[in-house]
Amino acid sequence: MSAAPAVALPDARWRPAEVVFWLVAVAAIFLFPGHLVLGSQVLITGLFALSLDLILGYAGIVSLGHAAMFGAGAYTAGLLAKHGWGEPLSGLLAAAAVGAIIAWGTSFIAVRGGDLTRLMVTLGIGLLLYEAANQAAWVTGGVDGLSDMAVRDLLGVFPFDLAGRTAYVYSLAVLFAVFLVCRRIVRSPFGLSLRGIRDGARRMPAIGSPVRRRLIAVYTVAGAIAGVAGALLAQTTQFVGLEVLGFSRSADLLIMLVLGGAGWLYGGLVGAALFMIAQSQLSSINPVYWQFWLGLLLVVMVFAARGGVVGAAAAARERFLRGASR
Amino acid sequence: MFASLPGVLFDGVAYGSLLFLMSIGLSVTMGLMRFINLAHGAFAMLGGYVCVVGMARLGVPFLLMLPAAFLVAAVAGAVLERTLYRRLYRRSPLDQVLFSLGLTLMSVAGATYVWGSGQQPVHLPGFLLGQVRVLGVDVGVYRLFLVALVGAITAGLVLLVRRTRFGARIRASVDDAQASAGLGINVTQVFSVTFALGSGLAGLGGALAIDVLGLDPTFPLKYLVYFLLVVVVGGAGSIAGTLAASLLLGVFDVSGKYYVPAVGAFVIYGLMVVLLLLFPGGLRRGAR
Amino acid sequence: MSAVLRTEGLSRSWGALQAVRQVSFALQAGARHALIGPNGAGKTTLVNLLTGTVPPQAGEVFLDGERITDLPQHLRVKRGMTRTFQITTLFPGLTVLESVVLAICERKGLGASWRRPVARHAAEIDEARRIVRDLQLEPEVDVATRRLPYGKQRLLEIALALATRPRVLLLDEPAAGIPVGESAEVFGVLAALPREVTILFIEHDMNLVFRFAERITVLVEGSILVEGTPQEIAADRRVREVYLGEGGHG
Repeated sequence: MSAAPAVALPDARWRPAEVVFWLVAVAAIFLFPGHLVLGSQVLITGLFALSLDLILGYAGIVSLGHAAMFGAGAYTAGLLAKHGWGEPLSGLLAAAAVGAIIAWGTSFIAVRGGDLTRLMVTLGIGLLLYEAANQAAWVTGGVDGLSDMAVRDLLGVFPFDLAGRTAYVYSLAVLFAVFLVCRRIVRSPFGLSLRGIRDGARRMPAIGSPVRRRLIAVYTVAGAIAGVAGALLAQTTQFVGLEVLGFSRSADLLIMLVLGGAGWLYGGLVGAALFMIAQSQLSSINPVYWQFWLGLLLVVMVFAARGGVVGAAAAARERFLRGASR
Repeated sequence: MFASLPGVLFDGVAYGSLLFLMSIGLSVTMGLMRFINLAHGAFAMLGGYVCVVGMARLGVPFLLMLPAAFLVAAVAGAVLERTLYRRLYRRSPLDQVLFSLGLTLMSVAGATYVWGSGQQPVHLPGFLLGQVRVLGVDVGVYRLFLVALVGAITAGLVLLVRRTRFGARIRASVDDAQASAGLGINVTQVFSVTFALGSGLAGLGGALAIDVLGLDPTFPLKYLVYFLLVVVVGGAGSIAGTLAASLLLGVFDVSGKYYVPAVGAFVIYGLMVVLLLLFPGGLRRGAR
Repeated sequence: MSAVLRTEGLSRSWGALQAVRQVSFALQAGARHALIGPNGAGKTTLVNLLTGTVPPQAGEVFLDGERITDLPQHLRVKRGMTRTFQITTLFPGLTVLESVVLAICERKGLGASWRRPVARHAAEIDEARRIVRDLQLEPEVDVATRRLPYGKQRLLEIALALATRPRVLLLDEPAAGIPVGESAEVFGVLAALPREVTILFIEHDMNLVFRFAERITVLVEGSILVEGTPQEIAADRRVREVYLGEGGHG
């Protein structure tokens, strides 16, 4: 037994770079005290991107409507807070449930059909929910958005301050907790089967794998996480606008994830940070320039990356995933 | 309420015809090259802006600008196909989505930069304005013109596809590009010409649509879902399917917005989900 | 001996092309059965129909006497029928070991388990390593599938199939692309499988067929031309005309 050489399989060990990453995220509280509001936004968007990574980077589902679950979660938490139930953590759970239900309900169509159908369905569901929220202005506040939310103190002790400190710590804690779960999923046999589905959907049934069931499961989990992210946004900014369900949120998310690299969990976090920091600097100067250069970046990325964006990330993420193990 | 039903239906047909014109290029591109081109709406927008510029700056009458819109969009399509799109036919859907999304963002930003973010006005010639009574129903002259024009173009397309050698090459390539190449069909050329033709038609549609849908830099994104919807529901690569889906969606959208304005836009998306559930392969392939 | 896998009047066409016509076929338990025929005879389509990759337009498939015609592919695998693919169908991003471990986990119902990392599933890893060793893939155990040479990929195809512990194994040209010396070894591994495993294999290499098959079915243009022992098939004039060529080049 002990003579056999070590082989590389997904394991649970923490790479040093990972530890550094999280330490930096914590240190930011003290290093950038004036930018914690932006910081929370980055963390929340990172969480949102994490949920897309599960379905795109691991299961290979291209979605242009992930904002549907995000927005649903945001409105859930927002409405709860507005109508008397301001406790944040239970708001998160409710949003997770709503996100999961929507994802589960739409997964049956989303996992069927080819890439184009899936794209259409995810896009359509997102637009459907957007219109629904728009029409039901008496509930959602329509174009004006949902405000007047009374979010209570976190754990009954920490109020949400204007400097954004509580919000940042809250978002970081939730992000980290969810990240741990995702990390576990991704390195488990389930995560392996997702990669199998992404890489070889034709081979999976031939080894006895119920592909549809797996996709529905991961899609539902991703929906729950997206819902949580949306709820965090609602609770930390105390406002929910229609754009949480909009196409540009879904499209921007896809871009962020691809920028950071799909399929290694940190890609969404890194991509979100890069995108949002760049956007906050450049978009305020001239939104048209931002849009143009972003578009150009995408086009260049697709052509420049060897094997396309998908291929170039593949090598990096596989190295990241596996460690030497017995 | 039902007295206006024929009028509403006709409006829906007119809207559907416009959708068809703008979507047929996308349908064939997806059926032929299996390429997910989210930037298709940008060609329609280009045609629209060409028309506006021609009329406002050069004083060219509307009807003359229509072929110009077609040509400019077709040339743009041909150039982009040859330089960029061609290299991505075998790439993953994600790459195609990212590329076309990037192209769309660039076109939207470009249009905003050049023409500003406001709606562009169009001044239709006098004889296309107003209403006329047809079979006891008051219909807009412009809409009548739209339906007639698109009808003629559709007939032309069907003739092209069914009666000409080029059309046969298109049909063969849609069925099986590899086998067609093996038979000696210059598939690359078929792709190029088809893409250019489809882009041109989209440009023409965009010019015609200014009066009906409006024109501003967000046009490609705003109507993207409608084009995709038509293609997916009708079945990529099928003229008949795309036409049927366009008319269906046009009628339902207009009727929905007219009769139940509270849920107006809803109807379209709900219909799409239902149709996708029933016909996962598109209307052309039938129920599974 | 009873038929472990049986079809009745199985048919499938693609447009105007009849790929499989009214095929009624029986595979005996413990058989070492070869399916041969010229290119385009419908052999792969028949295997696709048997495994559920493609639905038939007419006819029935029975496994252990039970009708499985409507059963989805992954459930047929659970019932013990596994196949390999003629065109290598693997997981480009997974390593050899990951691929085999995945197949073993699926078999044991662990495919949805998410709590422990793959590396801590010692029993599955050990079993995977044994299979990898049996198929001479040990040096490539950590290589990503997309970087494997073609011959090794064919071996991995078989490794994946074996990982599912099949009772009925359908192999579509298992030795294609493997250097001649090694292909006999591969067949050696297959021949060494216990009699509880029934094997049907498609092959073009007649040497391998006559060496390892105990029974041969000849498929021509979608129908069974003749079936019998290797000696009978070799002597059959019709087979020689249609398949081996007049004068017997095979």
